[in-house]
Amino acid sequence: MSEIFKPNTTEQLIDVIQWANAHESALAVQGSGSKIGIGRPVDAEGILDLSGFSGISQYEPNELVLTAGAGTPLADIETLLTEHRQMLAFEPPDYSGVFHDHLSEKQSSSSQKKGTLGGVLSGNISGPRRFYAGAARDHFLGFRAVSGRGDPFKSGGRVVKNVTGFDLSKLMAGSWGTLAACWEVTVKVLPMPEKTRTLLLFGLSDEDASRCIGSAAATPNSISGASYLPASLFTRSPQSSASSVFANNPQSSVIALRVEGPEPSVEHRINALRELLTTSKNYARPNHVEVLNSTDSRVFWNEIGNLHFLSSDFQASNTQQQACWRLSVPPAVGWQVAHNITEKVFKSNPKVSWFSDQAGGLIWLSCPVNSPAGAPTKNSEHSIRSAMEPWGGHATLWQVTGGDNAADHRRNTQVFQPQPKALAALTQRVKRSFDPNGVLNPGRMYTGL
Amino acid sequence: MEMPAAEATILNQREALITDLRSLLPADRIVIDQPSLRAYDRDALTAYRQLPLLVVLPDTVAEVSQILALCNRRNIKVVARGAGTSLSGGALPLEDGVLLSLGRFNKVLDIDYDNRCVTAQSGVTNLSISDAVADQNFYYAPDPSSQIACTIGGNVAENSGGVHCLKYGMTTNNILGLEMVLMDGTVIRLGGQHLDSEGYDLLGLLTGSEGLLGVITEVTVRILPRPEVARAVLLGFDNNEDAGQVVGNIIANGIIPAGLEMMDKFIIAASEDYCHAGYPLDVEALLIVELDGNPVEVDHLINQVVDIAKAGASTSVQVSNSEAERLRFWLGRKSAFPALGSLSPDYLCMDGTIPRSQLPDVLRRISALGVHHGLRVANVFHAGDGNLHPLIMYDSNIPGELEIAEAFGADILRLCVEVGGVLTGEHGIGVEKRDLMGVIFDQGDLNQQMRVKCAFDPEGRLNPGKVFPTLHRCAELGHMHVHNGELPFPELPRL
Repeated sequence: MSEIFKPNTTEQLIDVIQWANAHESALAVQGSGSKIGIGRPVDAEGILDLSGFSGISQYEPNELVLTAGAGTPLADIETLLTEHRQMLAFEPPDYSGVFHDHLSEKQSSSSQKKGTLGGVLSGNISGPRRFYAGAARDHFLGFRAVSGRGDPFKSGGRVVKNVTGFDLSKLMAGSWGTLAACWEVTVKVLPMPEKTRTLLLFGLSDEDASRCIGSAAATPNSISGASYLPASLFTRSPQSSASSVFANNPQSSVIALRVEGPEPSVEHRINALRELLTTSKNYARPNHVEVLNSTDSRVFWNEIGNLHFLSSDFQASNTQQQACWRLSVPPAVGWQVAHNITEKVFKSNPKVSWFSDQAGGLIWLSCPVNSPAGAPTKNSEHSIRSAMEPWGGHATLWQVTGGDNAADHRRNTQVFQPQPKALAALTQRVKRSFDPNGVLNPGRMYTGL
Repeated sequence: MEMPAAEATILNQREALITDLRSLLPADRIVIDQPSLRAYDRDALTAYRQLPLLVVLPDTVAEVSQILALCNRRNIKVVARGAGTSLSGGALPLEDGVLLSLGRFNKVLDIDYDNRCVTAQSGVTNLSISDAVADQNFYYAPDPSSQIACTIGGNVAENSGGVHCLKYGMTTNNILGLEMVLMDGTVIRLGGQHLDSEGYDLLGLLTGSEGLLGVITEVTVRILPRPEVARAVLLGFDNNEDAGQVVGNIIANGIIPAGLEMMDKFIIAASEDYCHAGYPLDVEALLIVELDGNPVEVDHLINQVVDIAKAGASTSVQVSNSEAERLRFWLGRKSAFPALGSLSPDYLCMDGTIPRSQLPDVLRRISALGVHHGLRVANVFHAGDGNLHPLIMYDSNIPGELEIAEAFGADILRLCVEVGGVLTGEHGIGVEKRDLMGVIFDQGDLNQQMRVKCAFDPEGRLNPGKVFPTLHRCAELGHMHVHNGELPFPELPRL
C-alpha cells in the first residue's frame, strides 16, 4: 500500500521531495488522478498528491490571465471563466466518459473527473481548437514548482509576451510530472467567441475528405475545428450524439468544420466555405450538407475532444483489452496513416476504428492491444509504429482498457514515441538536471527515465 | 557591462585552431584578418563592440557539427550568428570565441502547401519565407520589425515577436520542428511537420534560449492563409490614461486585434517631422488598432472599436478606407526608430512587458525617471500585449552618458518587474539585461535554468556571458544538499 503525501504548503512539498531523495524513494505525482491511465504506470513507494494546492489566486479578466494552484479542478476554473465569457482556448478535454477503468473512488465527484489545471498542463493535453489556437503549452505562461532535487524555483511570469530566461513552461508542459512538482500555474485565457457554427459535409471518401479539409484550411476563414468521422466508424453500430449531428442525417462519413467569432463574420465564413467545398472539382460532392448552431456545436466539439465517438470500444463491460492510440502526423497524410494501420496491420479487423481531428493531423485509433496472428510481434505497438514510419510524426499509447492487466500492457509497451539515441540521451540529461535521483514519476514516460 | 575575461588558454590556441579549421573548411570561409573581422564586431546592440577570435562560415550541417566538435575538444567558446540583428547583444562576439555565422544557410528547403509548412535553413530571412509562399496567398505570421534582414534561426533563438503577435503568437507558437547541433557536435532533430513534438518539448525550450543550448541549422514553420483584408483605426487621446483604458476595453469586449500599438506625444511629433504620416499633433497619445480577416468581420469589428473609442474619450478617430491609408497610419509607427535617430545621436531601446492595466502609471513613472536621470525618453508600446519600448536618447560622445542611459534603462526594467511584469517581451536578455536577471529571478530559479544549460553544454562554451549574470560550473550546480532525511513536518497530511 503506497503512502500518500498531501502537502498544503511549499515547505511541506519541498520536504516530501527532499525526504524522497534522502530515502531513495520514488513518488507518483498526482492531481485528481484522472490521467493515471495515460502513460506508463509509475512504480513508486509513495504518492505525491498535489490536490492541496487548489484555488484560483488571481484572475484579471481584462489582462486575460489566470493564476491558480496546480491542483485546482479544471471544472472550477471553467465555471469562473464562463461567468466572464472567457475560456481556456486550448479546450482541455475530458476523457472520463470514455475510459472507465482508472477512475478511483475519489473521482466520484464530477468536478474531479476532468482533472486539474496542473494535470492538463503537465500532459500538454489540448482539444479540437489546438491547431488554430495552440496547445496547452502555448497558453502556459509561468509556474512555481519544486524540482525533483527538492529545490523550489519559478519560471515565466504573468504576462503573455515574455522572453525573460529559458521558457521552462514549455519543458514542464508534456513532461508528465517527471521533472518537478508544479504547485502554482499561470495561464493565458481568451474571450469566448460570440457565435459558433459547424459545417457538416456528409458522404465523402477518406481521401476526398482529406483533400476537402485541406482546401478549407488553406482559406483565410480561420477554421477552429476540423474533424472527420470516417464511414468505417458507422459500420459496426450507428453513432449517437447529444448534438443534432445525426438527427436528420445519414450515418455516413462526416467532415465537421468549425467557425467562431462575431455573428456576421461567422455567417460570412460558413457561407464561403459551403460554397467552396460543395462545388470543388478536386473531390466528390457531399451527399448532404448541414450547419450546426452554437449550442449543438459546443456539444459536438466536446464529443470530438472527449473521444465520445470511440466510446463503444471502451465500455467498462468489455473483457477484451482494447488500446487507444494518439497519432500526431502531417495533416495531409493522416488518412493514409490510418488506412495503413487498419488495412495492412489489422487486416480490416472490425474491432479497429479511428477518426481524425486537427485538420487530419491527429488520428485517434482504437484497436486490439495484440497484433493479428502471424505478425512479427504480439504487441501491436511495433506494427503501428512501423506503419507510421514513412510519414513521420509520433504515436502515443493513450489508454488501455479491459481485462485485469491493462497496466501491465502499458508497462510492457513503449507508450511514448521511442527516441533516437542522441535525443534519448539529451532527454535523460534534461531529466537529471531537474531530478538527478529520479524520484518523480520514474518510468512514467520512458523506461529508465 | 563586463564580459567574462578572455581565457589565455583559448587566445593561445588561435593559430592551432586555424590550422585545424583549414582541414574542415576552405580558407575563404575562415575569416581571420582584422579588417574583415570588423564586419562582425557587433549586433544591433550597437553600444557594444568586440572583434571575435575568428569567424567561420560553414555550408553544411556536417561542417557545423565538425566545427563545434573541434571547439568543444579544444574548449573554445562559440557564438552563433544569423544576421546580427539582436537588440540585446545575443550575437555579440567574444574576444576568445569563434563566431559561427549561419549566413550561408540561406536556402528554403521545402514548401508544403498540403501540410501548410515551410522548411528552411536557419539563415533564411524571416521575410523571404513569407515571400516564398506569397503567390499562394500564404505567409509566416511573426513579423519582427527587422524581418527584412533577421534570420529564422535567430528568430527561434530569440523567440521573436512583432506587431502582429498579439493575435498570431510569437515564434514559439508558429514553429513545428528544427534541427540543431549541440556543442559536442551531436545533431538533433525535433518535431517535424506534425503538431506537438514528442517527449519533452525541447522545441519549446530551444525557442528563446538565445544561442546557449544549441546551434540551430534548420527550422520548419507553419504558414497561414493571408487574411483577406486589414484595416486600421487611428485614435487620438488627451492623456495616456484614456488611451490605456480604451486598450483595456477593446480586449474586455472580446476583440483581439491583429495589432494594437500606442505612441506617446514625443514619438508622434518626432515621426510626424520625419515622415509626415498625417498624425494629429494636438494629442498626448495615439493608438493604432488593426483588424484583419474577412471584410465582413473587419467592418463589424472596426465599428465596435470606433464605438468603444468614442465612449472612451478618444479625441480623434480616423478609420482607414484604403490600403494606402492603412499604410499611412503605420508609416509613423514604423518610422519611430529612424525618426528618433534623427533627433538624438544614440538611443537605447528597452523592452519590458507589464500588465496592461499598469500602463498609465508606468508611463508617468518613466517620465519622472527621465527627469531624474536628465535624459529624454520616448515611448512606443505594443499596447495589446503590454510590451513597452521606451527609447532612451543619449549621446555616446559625451563621456558617461551611455552609463547614465543604461542606469535609466535598468530603472525602467525594475519598474516593469515591480508592477508584475518582466524584463523583456521580445528582444531577449542577451548581454544588455543579463545583470538584471536577479531582479526577477532568485538564485534558485537561475540555478535551475543553468542546470538545463548544463544538460546541453556541460562546459558552458556556447554563447557564454549572455543571459546569466554568472555562469556557474555544472559540477557545482549539480551538488545536492541531502539532509538527514527526517520529515520535519510531522503534521504533513498523509492519507
